[in-house]
Amino acid sequence: MAGSIPASASAEIAGAPQRPARPFSPWLDAWRRFRRHRLAVASLFILAAMIGAILLAPLIWRVAINDIDFSAHLEGPSWAHPFGTDDLGQDVLARMLYGGRISLAVGLAAMMVAMVVGTIVGAVAGMSRGWVGPALMWLTDLFLSLPQLPLLLLVIYLFRDTLKAMFGVEGGVFILVVVVIGGLRWMPVARLVRAQFLSLREKEFVEAARALGASKLRQVVRHILPNALGPVIVAGTIDVAAAIIAESTLSFLGLGFPPDVPTWGRILYDAKDYLDIAPHWALFPGAAIFLTVLSINFIGDGLRDALDPRKVM
Amino acid sequence: MDAKAATAEPLLRVEGLTKNFVTGGGLFSRAPDVVHAVDNVSFSVDRAETLGLVGESGSGKSTTGRCVLRLIEPTSGKIVFEDRDVVQLESGALRSLRRDVQIIFQDPFASLNPRMTVGAIIGEALTIHKLARTRREFTERVVELLETVGLQADHMRRYPHEFSGGQRQRIGIARALAVEPKLIICDEPVSALDVSIQAQVINLLEDLQQKFGLAYLFIAHDLSVVEHISRRVAVMYLGRIVEIASARDLYASPRHPYTEALLSAVPVTDPGLRRQRIVLQGEVPNPMNPPTGCHFHTRCPIRKLPLCSEVVPELKQTSSGHMVACHLRS
Repeated sequence: MAGSIPASASAEIAGAPQRPARPFSPWLDAWRRFRRHRLAVASLFILAAMIGAILLAPLIWRVAINDIDFSAHLEGPSWAHPFGTDDLGQDVLARMLYGGRISLAVGLAAMMVAMVVGTIVGAVAGMSRGWVGPALMWLTDLFLSLPQLPLLLLVIYLFRDTLKAMFGVEGGVFILVVVVIGGLRWMPVARLVRAQFLSLREKEFVEAARALGASKLRQVVRHILPNALGPVIVAGTIDVAAAIIAESTLSFLGLGFPPDVPTWGRILYDAKDYLDIAPHWALFPGAAIFLTVLSINFIGDGLRDALDPRKVM
Repeated sequence: MDAKAATAEPLLRVEGLTKNFVTGGGLFSRAPDVVHAVDNVSFSVDRAETLGLVGESGSGKSTTGRCVLRLIEPTSGKIVFEDRDVVQLESGALRSLRRDVQIIFQDPFASLNPRMTVGAIIGEALTIHKLARTRREFTERVVELLETVGLQADHMRRYPHEFSGGQRQRIGIARALAVEPKLIICDEPVSALDVSIQAQVINLLEDLQQKFGLAYLFIAHDLSVVEHISRRVAVMYLGRIVEIASARDLYASPRHPYTEALLSAVPVTDPGLRRQRIVLQGEVPNPMNPPTGCHFHTRCPIRKLPLCSEVVPELKQTSSGHMVACHLRS
């Protein structure tokens, strides 16, 4: 080796990009990266607008959701009814604004349940080197192969009344629906997380952390999980849509919210028989679900990029 | 082991280290395969000394290095660091061992967490071992470490992907230095770097050795790098050490036929110089099913059958001061 080359790295360092000093914060950096993702920013505004409208609706659009008016049934959009009316002459906009609260809350909460459960199961399975990992994967496969509807029936008949007594009618059903939907959607997340963990735990930077004496928990929280979350976030955003639709299935079976609670899925379901004469009735809630899912998906994309410092600004 | 070890206790003493990897062998599958990655390896490292460990890929050198740190659990054998038996350490004591023994990795792109800043990477050891009491002390120590390895204070806020390979390797060295270790396992630390950067990193390692009295177990497959930095060199073949000698002696007069062949393959800078290349026949045998007797007998130019294929040669002191594992050379 050429002994004349100095140990100092001054020459090498000149090559590194020199940036003007700026206040440093990882979160600010993440926000900068997020902002570069135009679709994600637009989606964030759309979702915020929808949530805002849903929350503020009772103050602005003061039409009752159960205001039946047979003289105006199945009317198209007009000034009196911007989104038209349904077969009973109820205002679709008012019903959607009311039902949106439930649909969005169910979708987001069920996604969180699925992601949290899936991540925990996948992480434990991915870190274990003994029998725990295979056992958890058998459990995952078991859940994947369960016939879901009979299971739903059973769970709901067993627990509905207890939960209703504890949290009231809507609160009880909400918890039940979220737990049931989330509880049947965590398996893909668990498999994804486990696969990520299996490859990441052998990486040299994790080995370096072990060599420094980092505990298992520290290895997972600081080193493995942050690098595994990208695909999980994207998978999670798709789950929101699935949860909104699944809720309407439950309502249809009489297992979810009572039929007079107009969740988006429920409105869509009621409208399906009138598609040829009153398409607006299905189009508006359909578009709302579509927009929600699309914007959450783009936000997920943006989030994944924002949390990855390797994405150059 | 060697003559010095009898008088002064070495920093690290490895005796009969063996590591078998078991592959396959589930509930209903066939009998598991066993890979003998490291087979009865013994050596020692003195304080502030560099022991080079060379061998082809698959010879078990990296596994040996990781066993010393217990990143891989050895199957059997004894590893004594100072007065501690590394193999027996419980988790608390193991953590304190990791303040004394550290590791530098081969691939500077895989060995740094892409989602942590350089400051967080270097400072992690300070957090784990509670070496900094205040935020300020933490920052000061990280800056000091960065400057020790030839980087700058403002680099601590950057992410690893913003650095070149050589700079990343310096970050890895700073991370290892954070706990003020006595021994650093260098697992092919320059193999992934350009030749000019290799020299810089090697010189940095030598400077640090002088400054902090570090001992290195320097694993490499590049013989010229090892010759430059090591005081003694051990040569591995298929999980066994075949020869240990001081660097000068080993390179001047190799005793084991495998070492001879290995050294004859090193390119020389003088184009006028003609040397006899020893070209070995065949491939390295499969470590799942290594040859009987001397592992090298299938490819050895001077073998004597049936002795070499039946009796495992022991590593023993020769008249020339080398430790050699060969029936025919002593």
